[in-house]
Amino acid sequence: MSFSLRNTFLVLLVAGLYVLEGTTDFWIFSGSPDSALKMLNFALISAIMALGVNLQWGFAGLFNVGVMGFVALGGLATVLISMPPTEGAMAAGGWRVLLGLIMGAATIVLTVLVRAKMPAGKARVLATLVLLVGGFFLFRWVFDGGVEGIEAINPALFGNIGGLNFGGENYKDYGWMAIVAWPVGGLFAAAAAWVIGKTALGLRSDYLAIATLGIAEIILAVIKNEDWLSRGVKNVTGLPRPVPYEIDLQNDPGFIEKAASWGLDPMTASTLYVKIGYSLLFTVFLIALLWLAQRALSSPWGRMMRAIRDNETAAEAMGKDVTARHLQIFILGSAICGIAGAMMVTIDGQLTPTTYQPLRFTFLIWVMVIVGGSGNNFGAVLGGFLVWWLWVMVEPLGLWIADVTTAGLDPTNWFAVRMSEFGAHMRLLTMGIVMLLVLRFSPRGLMPEK
Amino acid sequence: MDYLNALVALANFVIVPGLAYGAQLAIGALGVTMIYGVLRFSNFAHGDTMAFGTAITILFTWLFQSWGISLGPLPTALLALPFGIAGCALLVLGTDRVVYKFYRAQKAKPVILVIVSLGVMFVMNGIVRFVIGVRDINFADGERFIISARDFKEMTGLDEGLAIKTTQMITVVVAIIVMALLFYFLNKTRTGKSMRAFSDNEDLALLSGINPERVVLVTWLIVAALATTAGVLYGLDKSFKAFTYFQLLLPIFASAIVGGIGNPVGAIAGGFTIAFAEVTITYAWKKVLTYVMPESLEPDGLVQLLSTDYKFAVSFAILIIVLLFKPTGLFKGQSI
Amino acid sequence: MSEPFLIGDTMTGGYGKGPDILHGCTIAVEKGEIAVIVGPNGAGKSTAMKAVFGMLNVHSGSVRLDGEDITALSPQDRVIKGMGFVPQVRNIFASMTVEENLEMGAFIREDDIKQTMEQVYDLFPILRDKRNQAAGELSGGQRQQVAVGRALMTQPKVLMLDEPTAGVSPIVMDELFDRIIEVARTGIPILMVEQNARQALEIADKAYVLVQGANAHTGTGKELLANPEVRASFLGG
Repeated sequence: MSFSLRNTFLVLLVAGLYVLEGTTDFWIFSGSPDSALKMLNFALISAIMALGVNLQWGFAGLFNVGVMGFVALGGLATVLISMPPTEGAMAAGGWRVLLGLIMGAATIVLTVLVRAKMPAGKARVLATLVLLVGGFFLFRWVFDGGVEGIEAINPALFGNIGGLNFGGENYKDYGWMAIVAWPVGGLFAAAAAWVIGKTALGLRSDYLAIATLGIAEIILAVIKNEDWLSRGVKNVTGLPRPVPYEIDLQNDPGFIEKAASWGLDPMTASTLYVKIGYSLLFTVFLIALLWLAQRALSSPWGRMMRAIRDNETAAEAMGKDVTARHLQIFILGSAICGIAGAMMVTIDGQLTPTTYQPLRFTFLIWVMVIVGGSGNNFGAVLGGFLVWWLWVMVEPLGLWIADVTTAGLDPTNWFAVRMSEFGAHMRLLTMGIVMLLVLRFSPRGLMPEK
Repeated sequence: MDYLNALVALANFVIVPGLAYGAQLAIGALGVTMIYGVLRFSNFAHGDTMAFGTAITILFTWLFQSWGISLGPLPTALLALPFGIAGCALLVLGTDRVVYKFYRAQKAKPVILVIVSLGVMFVMNGIVRFVIGVRDINFADGERFIISARDFKEMTGLDEGLAIKTTQMITVVVAIIVMALLFYFLNKTRTGKSMRAFSDNEDLALLSGINPERVVLVTWLIVAALATTAGVLYGLDKSFKAFTYFQLLLPIFASAIVGGIGNPVGAIAGGFTIAFAEVTITYAWKKVLTYVMPESLEPDGLVQLLSTDYKFAVSFAILIIVLLFKPTGLFKGQSI
Repeated sequence: MSEPFLIGDTMTGGYGKGPDILHGCTIAVEKGEIAVIVGPNGAGKSTAMKAVFGMLNVHSGSVRLDGEDITALSPQDRVIKGMGFVPQVRNIFASMTVEENLEMGAFIREDDIKQTMEQVYDLFPILRDKRNQAAGELSGGQRQQVAVGRALMTQPKVLMLDEPTAGVSPIVMDELFDRIIEVARTGIPILMVEQNARQALEIADKAYVLVQGANAHTGTGKELLANPEVRASFLGG
């Protein structure tokens, strides 16, 4: 793939923004390599999310407003895989919860089967209702008992079911379990996407948007309220990580020596070392996913996707099953968002359900894809890096603007008071305006689809 | 067994709140459905349009309060409402001019307009936060209750109380007035009929000499009025917070779709359907059941089908059921 | 011979920037007459009519109404000039009542429309009975009557019908043709596109056979019915 001059320039420009952040404290830059690396790591994750959304929007024209939900599901997977099981949780209610969930699923499957077998009419409606209502109460009875049992276990520290890490007390030594959790996060997201896609695809395009908006809210409600699952808003902390801990590095004589040879104190060296470790890991994932996405899209399958996007009616007339293809790509895109969500919880070291906000996890990703160039994987990645930079920098930028515009004003002046709070709201406004401007004046983005 | 007390408890905890919430959703859904019918896209910025109108209304309420103007037992916000509507109208007309008009001229696909409305939503949200901040604002003044639970108990001698808040009463009354006006306008006036014609069959409306830009203008004016009214009623009843209005988007969309999007009667039916489903499913039925069940059968749990944290799930579940079995909604909506 | 009341003169053009569909096609209707356009599928019959009505990008040739050049006018402006058009599909406001459909038809008129409405009800008595029913709930034939009635509400000087009998049963079709003749008797010239060539030619004062966007035969309805070539190609011998 040959990059044009323009694209090379864009890549260099974005790279330059990150380098500036790490090297100079001029204007709004911080001049801290640590902050630049942190920014880079989250940019890598955001780029992966953008890749997922680009798959759905750029290549299939599907409008997913529930990116946040799929990202959060990925995060949940990290907890459920990489944490050790809470001792006694299975005995106290874990099995019962599992049984309850199976019964719940069985109720739905049974209802679908009965509906398929019975002729339409009053009898079928009655049977459906009886099955669903009866099944619901039975499910709640079994399930609630189990939940009570689990949540009673040392609620101050646990009260949740835990995960699958078999390290027990020493689970942090099994940091690679975190990497295992990432694809599982993708699977979780894929499962949710299947349910939504099955329902809303094939209907009018904005129904998918509304349905995904809903599922995201519900996934989040579940994560916030089902304490047995991941402690809800009490957060799960101390997640294992696939890179060493700073404190271990600082106590390692070999590392202190090496740090000295780089001319750094052990403290700084350890934080940089850890962050670079994450950067490398994330870059590997990003490149792998990017390569897969490129391969898929230059394959006959990808060409068919674009043909469907450009003319659904014609594709349908040619005997393509549009809804089934859309379902595939919707699931794939959501899965990628799930993977990124799992990675993000790992680098955060904790699952904090209250931080999931649609602005940050749905809307921002959309801005990345649109700014970067929908339909172009490289564009989406570039957009991810650029917009993430803007997202982080908008706050210092807002403060700067507030400083400049209110200079000389009495601090109790209405405008000055408003402007002092403005930095925090700048993000909403800036992202909205950036999106509207790009949609209006450069709808194909910085790196347009070929 | 005590049916009278059961009925009062039911009215107090389910029927009265359900009616008020239903009316708020219905007016919100009417706005969404009007935009869908005429401009043909699902407006994700509607929640924040409501928030903006409410914010302006609150500013005027404060202004009136500082001048010492009040409506006595009624909230001052009712007096400020027309100013809020005017402010909101300016905003949506400006947005239409700057943003939507371009895409209309291009005949952009509905999904593009939906994405654009998402951008508008964030800009509006930013403006609202700038104008009024992010604090929780309670701007209901005047008499708090029409009848309080204690007065009701003293009056009737029953064990259960029935409280009716002034804001609930106002919500229902205003909703009835708004709906009556809207239906009169749509069914009896020439402009209203031309809007219905445009919504029904755009090409034929153009052939009949109906001016599309005028229809769009009137639609935005009505939407501004509906959105501000819905937002103010909701804010009076609960309280105003910049981002809670975004969360109303899901039940409002659900109401509009359940009723049949593009159909005003459907939006009202959908609003009440969603509201009552939400309230009944998240209500703990223990109290009512203890009155009507024989003592031996009294429930020991709360008899709450879902915790209130899952109220979104209720609108969502109903939405999914309707999408699966009747995508055009209860009343036949448009399906393009 | 004097200029016809409405004429699309040697029109060449197509939709938007697409390829030309019409190639020097001429269509005209005289006062008090019925003119029909017939031809095989894809001959450009509807396209020719839409060109006359300004829904096409006509880059050579002209359209003249009562001697006035209206080539540059938009369809809406042509309605104001006195042209009534009934599209082939989606030609009624389905969710509105019959009476509201007629009212909307008269939207551009500022004067009293009661009398015109009565005339339409006299022409189509069934509509009077169903005036308060949603137009979408009516039968196919009745809906076509609503569509024609809507177009008549502007008191047009010429009425254009795009396949008014498409998709209705033969009995209903005969009735519709009768109604159209009645409309013509009130003095309104009618230009219509018809799929059912034989019946159309029977009622036509003037008829145009189009093939591939160009005039193939022109004459009175009777002449074309008698023309062996026309018979062989579209009338099934």
